[in-house]
Amino acid sequence: MSSSGRGAPRRASTLVSGEVDKFDRLAQDWWDPAGPMRPLHRINPVRLAYIREEVCRHFGREDRAAFPLEGLSVLDVGCGAGLLSEPAARLGGAVTGLDPAPGMIEAARRHAAESGLAVTYRADTVETLAAEGASFDLVIAMEVVEHVADVDLFVGSCAAVLKPGGLLLLATINRTLRAFALAIVGAEYVLRWLPKGTHDWERFVTPEELRRSCEAAGLAGYATRGMVFDPLDRDWRLSRDTAVNYLARAAKPGSAA
Amino acid sequence: MTLPSAPRPPAWRILIVGGGIASLALALALRHGAGEAVEVTIADPAPETAAGGGRAYALSMASVAMLDVLGIWRTLEPGAQRIAGMRITDSRLADAVRPDYLHFGGRLDEPLGYLLEAAPIATALSDACAAAGVTCLRSPAGSMRTEGAGIVVELGGDEHRAALLVAADGARSRLREAAGLRWIGERYPQMGLVATIAHERDHGGIAVQHFLPAGPFAILPLAGPGRALPHRSSIVWTERADRARELLGAPDEAVAQALAERFGPDLGTIERETPLAGFPLGVGLARSFVAERMALLGDAAHLVHPLAGQGLNLGLGDAAALAERIVDAVRLGLDPGGPDVLAAYQRDRRLDAVAMATLTDGLNRLFSNDSLALRALRDLGLGLVDRSPAKRLFAAHAAGTTARAPRLMRGEAL
Repeated sequence: MSSSGRGAPRRASTLVSGEVDKFDRLAQDWWDPAGPMRPLHRINPVRLAYIREEVCRHFGREDRAAFPLEGLSVLDVGCGAGLLSEPAARLGGAVTGLDPAPGMIEAARRHAAESGLAVTYRADTVETLAAEGASFDLVIAMEVVEHVADVDLFVGSCAAVLKPGGLLLLATINRTLRAFALAIVGAEYVLRWLPKGTHDWERFVTPEELRRSCEAAGLAGYATRGMVFDPLDRDWRLSRDTAVNYLARAAKPGSAA
Repeated sequence: MTLPSAPRPPAWRILIVGGGIASLALALALRHGAGEAVEVTIADPAPETAAGGGRAYALSMASVAMLDVLGIWRTLEPGAQRIAGMRITDSRLADAVRPDYLHFGGRLDEPLGYLLEAAPIATALSDACAAAGVTCLRSPAGSMRTEGAGIVVELGGDEHRAALLVAADGARSRLREAAGLRWIGERYPQMGLVATIAHERDHGGIAVQHFLPAGPFAILPLAGPGRALPHRSSIVWTERADRARELLGAPDEAVAQALAERFGPDLGTIERETPLAGFPLGVGLARSFVAERMALLGDAAHLVHPLAGQGLNLGLGDAAALAERIVDAVRLGLDPGGPDVLAAYQRDRRLDAVAMATLTDGLNRLFSNDSLALRALRDLGLGLVDRSPAKRLFAAHAAGTTARAPRLMRGEAL
């Protein structure tokens, strides 16, 4: 698959070199809703609505609970500057945010401190945590799968840090022509929502490939939801259409927390 | 099972400056919808419960639905007068017979709304707010500044930090001015006069609006007997400003004489129960309803002529929309003072407010005039409205049943 050197296999890593520096530069601007990460701010409500809905159903939480994540340990893989980690903490989760870019983690820490939130941030990879034997009730990895070199290894590591009965939530981009047209040509070149080179179409993963990765990792109950941009509302919403952006859930068998 | 011992995250702080009915409804809806995830403070040196005197409000069915969801309608209903119908007449004082141009309602199963005095609404909401853990401070707001992801407001010498400041400090909002939000509006050369009037004959739940040359004169039916006579109504009397000031200082007999002329013979003997209270009238609209970390609510965002009785309903509509946007954000762990939340609130409310300001301003101008040509025109106009689907649409709008009304105004909990 990729050109990752086989010379010194210290520990298997799913990182592609070059992907880290690219986001490091964006760290300061990350939290500005009108800044360069505006697209993430725009999809954030939809991603969080999905997280809330799936968590309430899976862990039997009350629909309108003020703190639906209370009592749950949460791992946010590829947390960036904390756009999902902080809301998850606001909803009551005991959150660990993980990102390989130290600059990003530094930005995330400062922001959480300013918000008065107790989020644990680590500049590390999920593979390291798996090797340490860490475990969580909820693992979220949103807009990460399309940036990793080995999807099976990545999903396997996410599954490894799940407690029995734990829930994995993913968000990524499908490998379709429409995704190429919208996510790369549209979002990066025409609308300039994202910096050019943010995405590499070859790395996109189809919902079926993701299902196979989840099942190979011993996860069950795989299901997907689409996330579409509604040009009339000029906003994102959940949908059955998974042709471009989609979300996925899978759970580790066992009794839930 | 081991629970991670995460401390409760800090609550989002929402500060509401101005303690009127719309503010109280907003605060209550926020605590009902978001619970401990929000900390709500209302600051007002003179909250509405302390005032009240003589002022009555027409609540649309949408507003009633909202108060019902908030759990206070059952307290208010026994003292509320159902509006069974509405008569609109266009006449000069000297006209003995005042022909009806519009007659709404009459079907028993669907009232047009309810009439209620300000004080009981404010009291019921205040009590519910206190029970729901809303903090009320009797402090005036001083300076303010945005700082990081928040806004800092000086309240009676203390600095109060919040994620969102709601400016509900009235048509002449100081906070709106401090935020640099421009106001487009003007004073009318008219004043509003209000009082409670007891009368001999039953109003039958019919609200009457006489369009007199100096401005509209509304007789709004109230529930319960008057002190000396068996029935009572509240009046909203629009009068030329110079004449209104004369009336405010006039001897009782002169006021009684002016009232009798305006009431006509329909309700029999009348007697004034409260002193006339006057207030300036105007129309106005803020250029933007939001600024960084700040939202305008009620009269601070839009001032309309009281002739359609829509001022409070608009304010409650603001409260319902803002509460919905805030609760939706907070339920996702998102910042309720963020620009996307505020932009959505502005989109929700702007059309409604502009439409109502334009409509009431237009009606007031059209009717506050004694020109024969204009009278002929408006007689024709109202006649047409009465026979057209526009009337149904107008009534649907008043009832809040048009599309995209906030959930609370459709009687749904957040």
